[in-house]
Amino acid sequence: MRIALTVNGRAVQADVEARRHLADVLREDLGLRGTHLGCEHGVCGACTVLVDGEPARSCLLLAVQADGCAITTVEGLAADGRLHPLQEAFREHHALQCGFCTPGFLLTADHLLRERPDLDDEAEIREALAGNLCRCTGYHNIVDAVRDAAARMREEAVGG
Amino acid sequence: MRPAPFDYRAPDTLDEALAVLGDAADDVSVLAGGQSLVPMLNMRIARPDLVLDLGRIAELTGVERRNGVLRIGAMTRQRAVETDPTVRAQLPLLPAALRHVAHLAIRTRGTIGGSLVHADPSAELPAAVAALEGRVELRAAAGARVLALEDFLLGPLMTARAPGELLAAVEIPVPAPGTGWGFAEVASTHGAFALAGAAAVLRLDRPGGVVEHVRLTLLGVAGTPVTPDWVAPALAGRPPAEEALAEVGARLRDTLEPRDDAQVSAAYRRRAAVELAVRVLRDAARRAEGQAP
Repeated sequence: MRIALTVNGRAVQADVEARRHLADVLREDLGLRGTHLGCEHGVCGACTVLVDGEPARSCLLLAVQADGCAITTVEGLAADGRLHPLQEAFREHHALQCGFCTPGFLLTADHLLRERPDLDDEAEIREALAGNLCRCTGYHNIVDAVRDAAARMREEAVGG
Repeated sequence: MRPAPFDYRAPDTLDEALAVLGDAADDVSVLAGGQSLVPMLNMRIARPDLVLDLGRIAELTGVERRNGVLRIGAMTRQRAVETDPTVRAQLPLLPAALRHVAHLAIRTRGTIGGSLVHADPSAELPAAVAALEGRVELRAAAGARVLALEDFLLGPLMTARAPGELLAAVEIPVPAPGTGWGFAEVASTHGAFALAGAAAVLRLDRPGGVVEHVRLTLLGVAGTPVTPDWVAPALAGRPPAEEALAEVGARLRDTLEPRDDAQVSAAYRRRAAVELAVRVLRDAARRAEGQAP
């Protein structure tokens, strides 16, 4: 089947078999390997992307279901050669080690902070990140990074 | 992991979907939000000949209030139900239960109808809809029928849906003003499948008065949600005091028969369900009194 997507702002078309999920099409057909596949049954969150602005598991979405949708992958977060404030904060807080889970965390957190720019409560951040698993650094630094990024983004919003 | 090959149809209308379903001689899987079906396809537990995707059918989505009933289209995403202003105002129990349904990235795709048809005994939505006395509308090429949710859910992953039928909508009567509610569950971590859970609605005859209406539904303790029919007669006409709630707890302890499984023992599940049942009845009573938001 022929499908049309907007991926990170760019219109693309692809010929896909109905059984292929979006993650494979992003990685194999479009060369966007930042989206990682961990468990492939929706538990680990590594493959989380934004579909029309909302987070979704790209391993649980057939590419044909996404026909006509706008997709944001981790490659779409940095703009004009500048890291996204979340990416900056993850780097500074040592919120990643091997980095495998990071793209999913970044997109989950990006949506979270756009919905809740006022967010500062650790328990709420932990609940929002509960659908993403990290097997090396643990979660403290990730939570710290998200909280710090939220503060920076608030400052930028005021300053800008 | 890749699904085995299948034919794929994504019609734009319910009538077309019903025609596809009626004509199909082969093994058909109906795809709603895909958050339970696609893992089964990935792992090849499900190997259908045809996947019928309802995702393009606009008439199956949305929330509307009609004659004191909220009608929620089967393909309405769980996240959309959770954030819908009418649902939040009229059926606050639903968003409270939905918050425990997996994670946001699952609820953006998962649908209310998909969860009810999947009929997982530890799922939150079937229990919440049962506590609210919800009904499901099933459509076939030949016509429609409406079933109480209890009559629709037959067992773990089993429903009364016939092969030619699709679940079109969920209908939930809006509770009378002043109806309190409660929802609680225990799970290994937020968003994990519930080990046990409880939902309740409760109304008093007047502020500070006695119980006029109460309904308690438990999840994770049997093959389907359990709504004991003796709870209402046991509490009706009495103030919702701790002593009365403890009596309900004691009787649940004697009558619930959960099973051991790989995660926890039957004894643990029973204790958790009893505690959660008392807690949600207490929460519902407080809200009925206007003492909690």
